[in-house]
Amino acid sequence: MDIFDTFLNAEVMRRSFPMLLKGLWITLQLGISSIIAGLLLGLALAMARLYAVAPLRFLTRVYIDIFRSIPLLVLLIIVYYALPFLGIRLSPFMSAMSALTLVSGAYTAEIFRAGIEAIPKGQFEASAALGLNGRQTMADVILPQAVRVVIPPLTNNSINVIKDTALASVVAMPDLLKQATQAQALSANPTPLIGAALIYLAFLWPLVALVSRMERRFAARRR
Amino acid sequence: MTFVSIRNLRKYYGPFEALKGIDLDVAKGEVVCVIGPSGSGKSTLIRCINRLEDFSDDSRISVDGIPVATGRALAKVRAEVGMVFQSFNLFPHLTVRENVMLAPRRVRSTSRADAARQADVLLDRVGIASQADKYPDHLSGGQQQRVAIARALAMEPQVMLFDEPTSALDPEMVGEVLDVMRDLARTGVTMIVVTHEMGFAAQVADRVIFMDGGQIVEQGPPAQVLSNPSEPRTRNFLSSVLNH
Repeated sequence: MDIFDTFLNAEVMRRSFPMLLKGLWITLQLGISSIIAGLLLGLALAMARLYAVAPLRFLTRVYIDIFRSIPLLVLLIIVYYALPFLGIRLSPFMSAMSALTLVSGAYTAEIFRAGIEAIPKGQFEASAALGLNGRQTMADVILPQAVRVVIPPLTNNSINVIKDTALASVVAMPDLLKQATQAQALSANPTPLIGAALIYLAFLWPLVALVSRMERRFAARRR
Repeated sequence: MTFVSIRNLRKYYGPFEALKGIDLDVAKGEVVCVIGPSGSGKSTLIRCINRLEDFSDDSRISVDGIPVATGRALAKVRAEVGMVFQSFNLFPHLTVRENVMLAPRRVRSTSRADAARQADVLLDRVGIASQADKYPDHLSGGQQQRVAIARALAMEPQVMLFDEPTSALDPEMVGEVLDVMRDLARTGVTMIVVTHEMGFAAQVADRVIFMDGGQIVEQGPPAQVLSNPSEPRTRNFLSSVLNH
């Protein structure tokens, strides 16, 4: 048996491919819904972190620090295995999405905050002098400028969320990795694992390359 | 008729008293130029009028009878007070026309078409109608400052505040901005101008105010304050500026 028969067995790959595709679909659903929920949570946290009354600002900072410190796998296992003791029983998908969103929201909040703080004070002053209220200033003046600055780090964070979806396989989520390990067990051959790895690469490599390009462009423009 | 009324205006930066109890009344249609050395509090003074700077609780400012407070009352004052900054502060992600349109659209709920029409009239008035579709970064400093004036005028303010509007400009662009301001003064808009342009103050101002150390040291018609000042501090300042 040569190395190709072991790791890139065409027959095994052909048989397990439908399973991998099913897993990929769930991975993408989980990743994209967590990214979107994390963006919304992050924006709300960033606003609270910057503009809320002092006690709420403090609590937001505590939240952000906690969820940036806790290992995602630990959080996921707590949500899935510990919360049921409190009567909170979430499906594997909801457990994974909650954990991913809670953590992604914390990182996204810091990204938005940095983006907003990078906008010169004069932009806030000009908006205030024109009579725009706080919400209008954010929506029409500050965020449109901040978003340009934060697109590379936000994309980076999204890549991390999609990679982290693989952790969901430990709570019995039939995601790409879980399907691959099951296919491997069925066929007694590691080819499906290699297939899964290649699929992750095919999706994420272009995104990584895109971020590098954007960062180079932004750096060039700033000079 | 008093339009802007300032009573006992005090402003502290920590223990430092930047404004030491200023009293000032500006009449409707009056053009007031505020001069003085840097650090004298003149910028702080006009930034208090629309409360970009907070001020001491026992100070009173009102514009057109509306007290400059917080919340909704402040929004009302800000809608009546236009401001032009030293560093222009145009919105870089919007075109020149969109810069002028934004506040009427959002604050006054003017329709897009009406706001665009009004913007084009204003841009024509400040002499940059042809640049309306460009972004601010593609304009010279003088052009940017004229857009900023048009943007402030779009809210049809009763008072215009100018915070050293020509200080960040290359010398050859100062004239075009002052010309626009001179035209504006003729239309009867109340103007309070912090400036180092003594020629402009002499020609256009109804009253010149000399500030130093957070206080008004001397004020009066330009012929008096600029040509025949009674206070030694004013004389010192003027001689240092004019012999420069």
